[in-house]
Amino acid sequence: MNPAIRVRGLEVAFGARKVMDGLDLDLMRGEVLGFVGASGAGKSVLTRTILGLNPKRAGVIEADGRDLDKLTPAERSRVERGWGVLFQQGALFSSLTVRQNVEAPMREHLDISPGLRTELAMLKLRLVGLPPDAGVKFPSELSGGMIKRAALARALALDPGVLFLDEPTSGLDPISAAEFDELIATLQATLGLTVFMVTHDLDSLYAICDRVAVLGRGKVIAIGTIPELLQSEEPWIQDYFHGKRGAGRAAPQAGSMLVRAKSSPL
Amino acid sequence: MTRAPSVKLIVEQDAARLAFAGEWTLDAGARLEAESARALQSLEGRPATLDLSALDGLDTAGAWILSRMLADIEASGLSASFEGARPEHATLLREARYRESDPTEIAPHGPASLLADMGESVWLAGRDVLSSLDFIGRIVAVAAKSLVRPRRWRLTSTVYHLEQMGLRGAPLILMINFFVGAIVAQQGIVQLARFGASSLTVDLVAILTLRELGVMLTAIMVAGRSGSAITAELGAMNMREELDALRVMALDPLEALVLPRLTALVIALPLLTFLGDLAALTGGMVIAWGFGDVSPHQFWAELQYPVSVTRFLSGIAKAPFMALAIGVIASLEGFAVQGSAESLGRRVTASVVKSIFTVILLDGAFAMFYAAVRF
Ligand SMILES: Nc1ncnc2c1ncn2[C@@H]1O[C@H](COP(=O)(O)OP(=O)(O)O)[C@@H](O)[C@H]1O
Ligand SMILES: [Mg+2]
Repeated sequence: MNPAIRVRGLEVAFGARKVMDGLDLDLMRGEVLGFVGASGAGKSVLTRTILGLNPKRAGVIEADGRDLDKLTPAERSRVERGWGVLFQQGALFSSLTVRQNVEAPMREHLDISPGLRTELAMLKLRLVGLPPDAGVKFPSELSGGMIKRAALARALALDPGVLFLDEPTSGLDPISAAEFDELIATLQATLGLTVFMVTHDLDSLYAICDRVAVLGRGKVIAIGTIPELLQSEEPWIQDYFHGKRGAGRAAPQAGSMLVRAKSSPL
Repeated sequence: MTRAPSVKLIVEQDAARLAFAGEWTLDAGARLEAESARALQSLEGRPATLDLSALDGLDTAGAWILSRMLADIEASGLSASFEGARPEHATLLREARYRESDPTEIAPHGPASLLADMGESVWLAGRDVLSSLDFIGRIVAVAAKSLVRPRRWRLTSTVYHLEQMGLRGAPLILMINFFVGAIVAQQGIVQLARFGASSLTVDLVAILTLRELGVMLTAIMVAGRSGSAITAELGAMNMREELDALRVMALDPLEALVLPRLTALVIALPLLTFLGDLAALTGGMVIAWGFGDVSPHQFWAELQYPVSVTRFLSGIAKAPFMALAIGVIASLEGFAVQGSAESLGRRVTASVVKSIFTVILLDGAFAMFYAAVRF
């Protein structure tokens, strides 16, 4: 089976500064792939490049085995309909209510009655754990956690197969962050999503990721399950998982990761 | 290939079986609703089993519609159940289960709300005037404080805005005034010729420019160019809590942001007006030369009579007041921006419209004032 996303030899540069330098990555169907790396390593740039928001200098990006550069605009638009994106800041449309935000992609892409559209939008809000009265609120009236949830509801509006999350739990308190992790895990299991999750949150990695990829020097320097990564010699990875904030987590929680029984997608 | 969603009715004595097949997903769009409505009708009051064993695909929309069918049948007092759902479909049917929702609707606009809107806008206009007065008072207080302690005056910021509003605005102001001066001169030559008074064209251009047009055109251009920039800057800062960040650093946004911009405007507008006056006179001269056979030398000589210091001052004296009005309106609108991009857009528009309107009102007020004091 083809990976949901396959990246080969990706090069991205801003002026003379190379941010991606021959990066390879496979995102398997049905897995939750965590993506870590130092701040400024280029995690957001990689996400944006896969999404086609950043030009690349070289390399191939395939979705379901089809080279995105070779698709016609119509085919490309169909592929993109199968993707949901949660931007780092939520990127909700500020002049629309939450419900209208969720309805926006449906309005553009689907031919369904307005009544059903509204019902489905309210269903998505319920799925992400927002109360019904959040639907009539404007983004500026929401808390950080609610914005993330609303943005997730919008990302799920078209029932995408692949979900891109850019630091979904950053800026949330630990309890909300844990709830959000749980939410993503539940949705992933329910909807059979493939999830690409950029994160700095070790708890998220342990809680919901099947595999973790580490970005450094413009490449994926390591990829695998957390126990595999813990064996890595890379100093950055050692610091990341065994450093002050990572220490003590590896041992007690490595087991709890297995609690969420899940068939391996690999 | 994906199969379109379909449902077949199989009647078994007094019960019915609905056999679902195909992809019950969003891609099918309106077909989902049509198929489910048709199936519900065909039941004709029989209890039903919803057989999902031949279902190819299901997403949240499909699950929602299927469970809504189930709820609809049950609501009519009959029994209904799912059968043969695959495990992943069963999960979806549970999580995306139909539930009555009452999306709070926004009240439609009627004639009454139109009246209410009108009343509200009158009330708001009144409050605008009051809040501008209040704002001017606070600005004066801040300016006075800064005058006492000149080190608090933000010189760098003021000079920066002076460059943005003055220097960078100059080419546009020169061009517009040049063309308007030229147009006035051309019309003067043509229209005054009927009275044999073409020679008065120079007076016409000079007086109109110095007293009214120069300052008004310049102020309108500055309102559109710099007033909108002030509103957009302050508004975007307001949206992203940058103003609150200033406040918690014990900095007054009025002092840190508004005062430099206002100072720059009050200095820039008279200077731009002066440049604009020169450009308009030059425009008039070029046309008088080209169309009216008045040589630049002659134009210059004839200009001596209508151009006087008092006449020049009568125009340029209005500039600082207009600058103040533009700056105050632009800042007030900037502070009034709320969370959304739409609100920012509305406020920038309001800022430009209100400042231009006020500039013209001020010009009228000055005309009455000059008439009263026989200036
Ligand atoms: N539009 C841009 N122009 C220039 N440099 C950029 C741009 N976007 C990102 N970068 C640079 O690329 C690098 C990676 O950024 P980013 O992907 O945002 O990092 P992170 O891994 O923290 O998400 C950073 O050094 C950043 O300065
Ligand atoms: Mg980032």
